[in-house]
Amino acid sequence: MSDEEGSPEARERRRRSIAIALVLAGLAILFFVMTIVRLQGHVTAFFQ
Amino acid sequence: MKAATATLASGQRVASVGNYLALLKPRVMSLVVFTGLAGMLVAPTAIDPFTAFTALLCIAAGAGASGALNMAYDSDIDQLMTRTATRPIPMGRIARGDALGFGWTLAAGSLAVMALFVNLLAASLLAFTIGFYVFVYTLWLKRRTPQNIVIGGLAGALPPAIGWAAAAGSLALDPLVLVLIIFLWTPPHFWALSLYRSEDYARAGVPMLPVARGKKAARRQIFAYALVLAPTGLVPAFIGLGGPLYAAAALGFGGWFVFDAWLVMRERDETQEPAARRLFGVSILYLFALFAALIIEHLMGVPPVATLSFGGWA
Repeated sequence: MSDEEGSPEARERRRRSIAIALVLAGLAILFFVMTIVRLQGHVTAFFQ
Repeated sequence: MKAATATLASGQRVASVGNYLALLKPRVMSLVVFTGLAGMLVAPTAIDPFTAFTALLCIAAGAGASGALNMAYDSDIDQLMTRTATRPIPMGRIARGDALGFGWTLAAGSLAVMALFVNLLAASLLAFTIGFYVFVYTLWLKRRTPQNIVIGGLAGALPPAIGWAAAAGSLALDPLVLVLIIFLWTPPHFWALSLYRSEDYARAGVPMLPVARGKKAARRQIFAYALVLAPTGLVPAFIGLGGPLYAAAALGFGGWFVFDAWLVMRERDETQEPAARRLFGVSILYLFALFAALIIEHLMGVPPVATLSFGGWA
């Protein structure tokens, strides 16, 4: 690990990147689940 | 919120995740989510758990966005007040522009998700709430009139209506009674705080009632609002929203609120303001108890005391 990578600034940036990645992953899952929830009624109605 | 902060060689601080979380005013956010959940549960229409979660997430994000934008636009006065001087922007941990970008992005995101996955009425109410808090309260009223918190309090009062709209897709007078309770609760809550923080507000030039009209007038107003709030708090028990637990909480905590407001009116220690400090705590307890009672009753299936309802409209 270089000095730059171990600096407090780099560590804080890394923490922020991880937090943003987690939020984005959570939003992707939420959008997927909600799309399925919203679609479900229409999909079953289509096949009836 | 205490957060670790790294410092660049230039002396400029690097914002941490904790600094950004502090921008969201998590304590205010938790109360907003709590009252929004109560509105959602007392609605006559059942809501599926995924949509309920999404709606609450949007309410939380919208409240957080409002908090971040408030901190950004008020950063000049925040640095003058002891209570707010440790916020991320006055501390130099987050640049004002970054907070603005963060706040507006969060606001737009919460509104888009609410509109797409919940319904347009809930999204519109959330948009109104954010807009009212930022433009009407923060940018217009806060620095101009002692009635700032009275009118601006509408923004903080609306979450039960948003929760109801998220579940029912319509509005009725019933959730507006819950809105009215928070609306009437806000002035005595913040005036109690501003009684023992009056020097802060005076230094920053914010015309809170105790600063602009004097502490005596503020004490009278607090007591007057408490006298109106306590019976209004009982109304949900008569319109089919609250059951016996709610009625008991509204009666007991309402009486406590009025008693402490009376003690504030009689307070003579203007340096420490012990009665105002106590009322500030009791006011939080009051709102928490009322909405917790509503939530518990609806989760346990306790029938309301009365079945009279105002009905609703789409």
